[in-house]
Amino acid sequence: MQPETKLLEVKGLRAGYGETWAVHGIDFEVMAGRVTALLGANGAGKTTTLRAISGMVKTAGTVDFNGKSLVGMKTEAIAAAGIAHVPDGRGTFMELSVEENMKLGAYTRKGDQTAEFDRMFAYFPKLKERFRQQAGLLSGGEQQMLAIARALLLKPKLLLLDEPSFGLAPLIVREIFDIMRQIKDREGVGILVVEQNASLALDISENAYLLETGRIVMSGASSEIAKDEGLRRSYLGY
Amino acid sequence: MDGVLHQVFSGIASGGIYASIALALVMIFTATHHVNFAQGEMAMFSTYIALTLIEAGVPYWGAFAITIVFAMVVGTIVQKILMEPLMNAPVLASVGVFIGLLFIFNSVAGWIFTYTLKPFPTPFGEGGPLLGGFFSRHELGSTAITVVVLFSVWAFFRFTSLGLAMRAAAFNPVSSRLVGVPVATMLALGWGLASGIGAIAGMMVAPIVFLDPNMMGGVLLYAFAGALLGGITNPLGAVLGGFLVGIIENLGGAYIVGTELKLSLALIIIVAVLTLKPAGLFGKVLASRV
Repeated sequence: MQPETKLLEVKGLRAGYGETWAVHGIDFEVMAGRVTALLGANGAGKTTTLRAISGMVKTAGTVDFNGKSLVGMKTEAIAAAGIAHVPDGRGTFMELSVEENMKLGAYTRKGDQTAEFDRMFAYFPKLKERFRQQAGLLSGGEQQMLAIARALLLKPKLLLLDEPSFGLAPLIVREIFDIMRQIKDREGVGILVVEQNASLALDISENAYLLETGRIVMSGASSEIAKDEGLRRSYLGY
Repeated sequence: MDGVLHQVFSGIASGGIYASIALALVMIFTATHHVNFAQGEMAMFSTYIALTLIEAGVPYWGAFAITIVFAMVVGTIVQKILMEPLMNAPVLASVGVFIGLLFIFNSVAGWIFTYTLKPFPTPFGEGGPLLGGFFSRHELGSTAITVVVLFSVWAFFRFTSLGLAMRAAAFNPVSSRLVGVPVATMLALGWGLASGIGAIAGMMVAPIVFLDPNMMGGVLLYAFAGALLGGITNPLGAVLGGFLVGIIENLGGAYIVGTELKLSLALIIIVAVLTLKPAGLFGKVLASRV
């Protein structure tokens, strides 16, 4: 895949709930095979932006995926078009087994998934150990791994990750981000990651956008943003 | 002793009917957290369709199959047209629609088919008690049918990808959409399946109680008691609860309260479960870590 293909192009995106907008007209893009980070504090509109891409909230503006507009499409159709979304809180099917969670990840794929499952076990050996267990009994880190595996089993072109580090111990977070680096190198998917942990996100991404109360206040190459100490202090708090 | 055994076997036979309706209730409850009060009336209405077909000369099993398909289509349509727009409405709105449906099916059935009791044929032959005289032919046949139905439903949910998608849509609609499961379609299919199961139960109970528009009133109460007793969150529990209520009803009716007051046993079970053990006997409390 050519790295410079625009996978997702968002222009003038407004998104919100009921009567109110939480995101007020933002522009950004995600390149194929690259990681793009969406940074910002609590309530900046990061999760809402991801939900808007997946058609889960009220949306206005342009969201083009591979040149095709997603606005107005149903969530399940957007997923079938090749966008896998790991939602905030991981979206585990708690009542179902790890195996069933993974089968659901491959719901839009036809045919035997054994090879795909084995590929996921290579990234996440723990899922193989826990294959028959109820997913609700997994630890937070294991559930995050399961969520990423579930998303990859859709064979997405674009992967949306909502705070993969949320609520996890630093050691587990490092493990998961290491695996995400491997995934990025091997799977050729475009990744849009939302994070409050800015240093982690800047470290793994090529490009980053900084959201503040529903507007983009800064964007650029992640390495540049990470170097700019003033910026880091005032916006990213580290 | 023979009398007791006879009551137990009769209880198993009617318990199978309650178990089927209880399962239908639980299926919809799991997905929507509502109890479909019209489940019984929808089954009754389907049974009339079966009778109409049989009287028109369709062989029993042909009518049986057509009726199930009819019931599934009606169930799906009711969900699509009436329940889907209410997905985010307050609970009372849905309850109102369920009760409305109950009265509509009941009075439309009365209007078209009249309120007179009608005999409904059994496919298993009339006479001849079997298994040492404890089971009538119909009781044995209908128990076999309900067991096959319950087992098939379990296998469908456990082993097919459509069944898995339907369970997923019921447990976690948001995540289901994100993996590409069309949740609205799954809920409508769930209603269709529940309605089909109800229709089978209706056709199995009609030869025993005679067919009339109020035929399922009592059955629904026993089924609801069974679902609560077993645990309304647990399909297997609800099925076992249904069988248990059938046995309790028959034994209690024969030896404790008499046949006239049998229905009060269902109410006693409902009250007792709700006050003593609201989760039911097998309603498992799900463990989850965050």
